Amino acid sequence: MRKHLELTQVGIEFPTPKGPFVALQDVNLTIGKGEFISLIGHSGCGKSTVLNIVAGLYQATTGGAILEGKEVNEPGPERAVVFQNHSLLPWLTAYQNVELAVKQTCKHMDKAQKHEWILHNLELVHMTHAKDKLPGEISGGMKQRVGIARALSMEPQVLLMDEPFGALDALTRAHLQDSLMEIHAELGNTVIMITHDVDEAVLLSDRIVMMTNGPEATIGEILDISLERPRNRIELADDKQYNHYRHEVLSFLYEKQRKVEPVAVKKSQQQAAAKPDAA
Amino acid sequence: MNRTAALQKVTFLKLPAPLANSAWLAALRSAMLPLIGLTLFLVFWNIAAKNIDTSLGQFPGPVQVYQQSVNLWQEHQAEQQKAEAFYERQEERNARRVAADPDYQPKIRPYTGAPTFFEQIWTSLYTVSVGFFIASLVAVPVGILCGLSKSAYAAINPLIQLFKPVSPLAWLPLVTMVVSAVYVSDDPLFSKSFLTSAFTVALCCLWPTLINTAVGVSGIPGDLVNVSKVLRLNALSHVVKIVLPASIPMIFTGLRLSLGIGWMVLIAAEMLAQNPGLGKFVWDEFQNGSSDSLARIMVAVLVIGAIGFFLDRLMLMLQRKVSWDKSINLR
Ligand SMILES: Nc1ncnc2c1ncn2[C@@H]1O[C@H](COP(=O)(O)OP(=O)(O)OP(=O)(O)O)[C@@H](O)[C@H]1O
Ligand SMILES: [Mg+2]
Repeated sequence: MRKHLELTQVGIEFPTPKGPFVALQDVNLTIGKGEFISLIGHSGCGKSTVLNIVAGLYQATTGGAILEGKEVNEPGPERAVVFQNHSLLPWLTAYQNVELAVKQTCKHMDKAQKHEWILHNLELVHMTHAKDKLPGEISGGMKQRVGIARALSMEPQVLLMDEPFGALDALTRAHLQDSLMEIHAELGNTVIMITHDVDEAVLLSDRIVMMTNGPEATIGEILDISLERPRNRIELADDKQYNHYRHEVLSFLYEKQRKVEPVAVKKSQQQAAAKPDAA
Repeated sequence: MNRTAALQKVTFLKLPAPLANSAWLAALRSAMLPLIGLTLFLVFWNIAAKNIDTSLGQFPGPVQVYQQSVNLWQEHQAEQQKAEAFYERQEERNARRVAADPDYQPKIRPYTGAPTFFEQIWTSLYTVSVGFFIASLVAVPVGILCGLSKSAYAAINPLIQLFKPVSPLAWLPLVTMVVSAVYVSDDPLFSKSFLTSAFTVALCCLWPTLINTAVGVSGIPGDLVNVSKVLRLNALSHVVKIVLPASIPMIFTGLRLSLGIGWMVLIAAEMLAQNPGLGKFVWDEFQNGSSDSLARIMVAVLVIGAIGFFLDRLMLMLQRKVSWDKSINLR
């Protein structure tokens, strides 16, 4: 595998009133070109922080990220980000939101080419019909799609997505996952996606990177997903291999990195503590 | 109970009023309460006025105020006719002199009668617009700077807090002296009283716009700022494409407050600076001290209020027009 993006010994400390907080430590990861990576882990473990370091929005305290032999130390359009809550500019239409990115990153194109390119990217996410609507006038899933179109229009080397479908209902999410698989097959971008959804991770990824709980979070396990592409969610639903992968991720999250005690255990403990009083 | 009787009762209760009819009723009801309020106010005003005796005679009631407003309008028309006649006479005279001597360069001297009430309204509107414009020209950029940079905010905030509560009356002597010292010209484009009033208005209505702009800019969601960073927008595009549109709603909230304050300050400033606007009208009537003065001042008070209201509505309309956030309820 050719080195495309490399994270070496990445660690980060946040200054807090109670002294420095070490959020990440010793994160090492090598990603090949065109790979689809999912980051999964419990809330607050540091997934967004990893993504922000790759995006250049945060600076690692130790170590760093290298993209195509160049150290990452500031944000840039070659590492486009799809934010969790779409973050479209609310005063611009879907078309204009993509246009802003295209104007900034595709300076070699003339006006007509830019127009073509914007429409092409909106078409990729099936949003041409609502291109002249403001973000306030379209649904959450549509906004997220425009956000993806905007990121794709920058022709990024790496596409970074922070829980892109987290806020969506299951049907819309499934639909967008299929779109994303299509786009990935067509364009072959390198993708790093954060998710909380085990099925989503297994369905979409080439590798799933599972993170340990913070503080001082790091990579716990990496799971290779060698399922045939194109993948079909219905066929995979009772595929043995698929369910094996699911099981691996679930057991990592809920056994090895268990974060909260099951409620039932807590309750019985409390009851046990309360009983002598009552008697 | 009798069945038909019960049925009748139900239909009676549910009597479906025609839609147009109910809309009429709703309109009437919504106009009713303000009308009642207005009527009560006029009645109380009338009673109170009859019981207040001043050295200039009885306090004016609604009727006297109405009479004076008619008077002011008639005076205005009379003055306009005089001015027209004046210019006509000049033109005639010039035509005669040119006929007698073709080399003669005709001159038109401006009419210099006392400004009427309605001309004074225009002067006031013009003065407040200039002051407000100057203030906005300073406040919006400085506000953006304060919102973008914590250091700039830390440096400027104490000054804002210090000067914000200063009354226009305290600024006025200083502004007057500075204007007379700095604005020296043989053929002045603006009168000094006008500049003094406009600058005083600007000094006082700077603050709401500045503060609201700063708050708006510093409150831009971090994600939008990140979008700008990922796109590597330069500082100017960042301000023009992200910061300004994102904070437009707050900027306009500030501008609206500023214009309100400016209009209030203007009257006081004109009184003292003797700028020929509504403030000077009130002051002159007060000095004049005729039996009609109080009623004429009352007309000015009502007009000042109405114009203030109108200016606020105007800003609200503008705000609605430029605001992209249609979900917030602007009133
Ligand atoms: N700017 C910051 N200052 C201080 N602490 C921070 C900052 N950003 C993140 N942290 C801390 O770092 C840890 C990791 O945060 P991060 O946002 O990366 O978690 P996450 O895995 O993305 O969680 P979630 O799944 O809920 O989004 C958290 O404990 C958080 O409190
Ligand atoms: Mg996160």
